[in-house]
Amino acid sequence: MTISKELKAIYFISLKDIQSYYFKPPNISWGIIFPLAMTLAFYLRNPRGMIDLIPGLLGMTILFGSTSMEAVVITFERRLGSFERLLLAPVSLEGVLAGKILGGAFFGFVVSSAMLVVSLFFFSFPRFNLFFLIPSLILSALTFSALGAFVSVAVKEVFEAQTLANLFRFPMIFLSGVFIPVETLPKPLQIISYLLPLTYSVESLRNSLLSSHHFIPFWISLLILVVFSSSLYLASVRVLRERLG
Amino acid sequence: MEDNLAVHVDGLTKYYGDLLAVDHIHFDVKKGGIFGFLGPNGAGKTTTIRMLCGLLKPSDGKANVAGFDIQKEIVEVKGRIGVVPEISNLYDELTSLENLIFMCRLYGVPKSQREKRAEALLQLLRLEGKRDALFSSLSKGMKRSLTIAAALVHEPSLIFLDEPTSGLDVVSARNLRAIIRQLNQRGTSIFLTTHNTEEANLLCHRIAIIVKGRIIANDTPEALKRSVQGEFTVEIGVENPDLPDLSGFIEEMDGIEEVKRNQNRFVLRFSGRPPWEVFLPSLHKRGVLVTSVNTLQPTLEDAFVKITGLDKEMMMMEKEGKKG
Repeated sequence: MTISKELKAIYFISLKDIQSYYFKPPNISWGIIFPLAMTLAFYLRNPRGMIDLIPGLLGMTILFGSTSMEAVVITFERRLGSFERLLLAPVSLEGVLAGKILGGAFFGFVVSSAMLVVSLFFFSFPRFNLFFLIPSLILSALTFSALGAFVSVAVKEVFEAQTLANLFRFPMIFLSGVFIPVETLPKPLQIISYLLPLTYSVESLRNSLLSSHHFIPFWISLLILVVFSSSLYLASVRVLRERLG
Repeated sequence: MEDNLAVHVDGLTKYYGDLLAVDHIHFDVKKGGIFGFLGPNGAGKTTTIRMLCGLLKPSDGKANVAGFDIQKEIVEVKGRIGVVPEISNLYDELTSLENLIFMCRLYGVPKSQREKRAEALLQLLRLEGKRDALFSSLSKGMKRSLTIAAALVHEPSLIFLDEPTSGLDVVSARNLRAIIRQLNQRGTSIFLTTHNTEEANLLCHRIAIIVKGRIIANDTPEALKRSVQGEFTVEIGVENPDLPDLSGFIEEMDGIEEVKRNQNRFVLRFSGRPPWEVFLPSLHKRGVLVTSVNTLQPTLEDAFVKITGLDKEMMMMEKEGKKG
């Protein structure tokens, strides 16, 4: 098996997932409508202060966009037996999971990019650095998709995957600086914030859109997202390999 | 591994925790043949196939499939084999054609050949009319056929079929056997597992019998059947089968090993050649009106029952516990 064949298989696995699942109604409700509704609610509540919330809402959109399907897709396919088709193909387990994660990350990236483009019509960001923004969006999408994959391989039933995904997602929204800046949280909660990937995603997006003076330097945020995404990916491979016997 | 072998298994073993599912088995599958793995449910057939296809890691032992070591070169193995699992497991949300095209992509079939190959397979499996139907909308037999087509997109030299006709109606099962023979005639080696002795007898050139994780016989169907020769089975038709204690009377006769009654017919198993010179006169004397006498050839099922010591009813049980 050459590397090019493996890469092609990874591409086709993610393409199939995008075509089959990602633009289906259940994914649209959690992946698009939920973050959109939250954004709208905050906009109506306080239109003037909205610009400060955009990086956080963008981070939340990537989180929900990347995990909404990714967190159930492997569990779902394993229950149906179709996941075995991928395991029977001449692709490594690492390749199969990479394909799955890329599918989720692509959807998260597309949804958040669309939201960003719309927000450009309404707001003038003090600092709009594309060289910062694009790696922030890509690394955030990969991290959250890998988190979704980890949830998906860790459980047996689809409802367990959904529950576990929400167990990660909802506390993250409140502890990672989406609505409330991390610096203003009580110290013990701040410690928890530093353990959550969304904190670094929101920080890198703030650095890309608002100002360069934030409590976590941009490159550190990106580096931590790389560590999160690789660790979650490797952990997913390991858990799945163990589960497959 | 010899060049003429599609599969070479040497001491393959699988434990699930403390449970020994496959116990140091050895066998070879010749290229171009149909090899049957016959055994009751839970014997270790599926576990063996899953190890050979790279879905399970062996606890011990070695195996070469299509010329490659399953422990070290499993991706190479996967590229050269086709697998039809017991459950037809393609994607519900894709059509028949889309499923096959996706499989072509996964197996690295060049773009220019994908559609052509998928269409040819739909034709081979008599699914042309279902080209654009979603997999979820197909009948059980059609799903099975499409799963076979999916295993053939990369033109493998060896295909594994796990209980290929399990759960299918008679017509679908017969069609599927015809397709398996057709594939074999085109040069594809076939490895199939079954709990159905009739199916193994109809299809296989060689059969390994596996019980409780161990291979207890490995031979041609003819040789396995010969192993029960020396025993004779005779079926007699009787006009007055309700004579008092007729079964008991027959059982007491010389050379009779077993008597089974099926309405007005008795199936008698003799330990050697039936003593015709005394057998029929004794029945006549007892007042039994014999209407027919048939000598039955030993079947693979007889051989299986003798070799394994298992009840044939148990053999025919499907995984869910119902009779196959």
